[in-house]
Amino acid sequence: MPGRLRRGWTCAHLRITLRPMPHDHHDDHPHALLPPEPALRVKALETILARKGLIDPAALDEIIDTYQNRIGPKNGAMVVARAWTDPEFRARLLENATAVVADLGFFGRQGEHVVAVENTPEVHNMVVCTLCSCYPWPLLGIPPAWYKSDAYRSRAVREPRKVLAEFGVTLPPETAVRVWDSTAEVRYLVIPMRPDGTEGLDVEQLAALVTRDSMVGTGLPKAPA
Amino acid sequence: MSRIHDMGGRFGHGPVDPGRPDDPVFAADWHARALAVTLAAGALGQWTLDASRHARERLAPRDYLTFSYYEKWLAALADLLVETGVLTQEDLAAAGRNSGTDAPHPLSAKKLKAEDVARVLARGGPADRPCPAEPAFTTGQKVRARRPAENHLVAGGHTRLPDYAAGATGRIIRVHGCHVLPDSNAHGLGEAPEPLYTVAFPASRLWAHPENPRDEVTLDLWQSYLEPA
Repeated sequence: MPGRLRRGWTCAHLRITLRPMPHDHHDDHPHALLPPEPALRVKALETILARKGLIDPAALDEIIDTYQNRIGPKNGAMVVARAWTDPEFRARLLENATAVVADLGFFGRQGEHVVAVENTPEVHNMVVCTLCSCYPWPLLGIPPAWYKSDAYRSRAVREPRKVLAEFGVTLPPETAVRVWDSTAEVRYLVIPMRPDGTEGLDVEQLAALVTRDSMVGTGLPKAPA
Repeated sequence: MSRIHDMGGRFGHGPVDPGRPDDPVFAADWHARALAVTLAAGALGQWTLDASRHARERLAPRDYLTFSYYEKWLAALADLLVETGVLTQEDLAAAGRNSGTDAPHPLSAKKLKAEDVARVLARGGPADRPCPAEPAFTTGQKVRARRPAENHLVAGGHTRLPDYAAGATGRIIRVHGCHVLPDSNAHGLGEAPEPLYTVAFPASRLWAHPENPRDEVTLDLWQSYLEPA
């Protein structure tokens, strides 16, 4: 079948000549075949995968709704507020956070193994992932842009105090900084120090003071109103 | 030597922009879509989390540094789809075409359905495994991270030992039981579980100019990354 063979050759030839894209001309990875503009790139991938019955667009909507609206730092804040008010809970949390937060319904993807680390006047904890973007999703949601930035990933381990200053946090020199680089599947939750003047507050009121950044260690809880 | 993603300690990246507390979870709609497509495609079960990290790390260094976060995810996803045979290069080249129908894909039975999303996300992918042997190290013990910080099974392969810790001495502060070894699992060589430890390194052992002699950096390191010190 010379005609079929010839057509096959032409397609292969075209594939090679069409391959270079202005954005990716320097590499030959398959992704260079997709449109370079990212919104078009994701649309193209979604379209081809849906056309082949490999993804369900409704499932994508469900995933987005989960992380946009349902799972976020409010979960972690509730854990912190409980730890501030319930010594027995705090002790169990520091002993086996995975089981304790699972009991509260916080478990799953990117939160399979959780360790809680407590700030004290002696030690301030701060979390980073220098190799990628590991973050405790079930407790804090999807990481913010700064957590995934080259600047945070490179500098948090080498000059954490300068990074903290960029977040408006200055620690006394007597307080040691311990930076947790999340290099495995263990995810770290910082338990910040309970602010002064919060003695009369209940768990919900306390949780409202616990910011996302305070649970990564780049911020402090809000002061009571 | 280390690969482009191994950023810990690198100089020159400038200040961190802390953003604002009310920043949206996804800065653009396509970011959300990129995350969702990646998770849904991952649910087809054709690669591991370790393999997907490896795919992002293998991007050309120029791409890695110029691509935004979710662009890295998309590029790695496209590469994985072709490498695992889920799609062909021809499929990708025609991917923008929003017409026509395709024959059902052999993997379409594994498609993540909307009603299963909550269950699949809640299940996650635990990395702990039964230990094949007793851990060699205990809490408090001094250890040295191996040097160079390279995959010892596959040249240029995936590893979770950052270059900045290679050769440094620290002490074990936690023993996590055994976890899947990424250096093996990312390359389809099996899970090869090993004891995992949290090791605390004094900043003065890692950096020529530590900010404060009290400061420490901890890393989660597998047993084969470590030797007694």
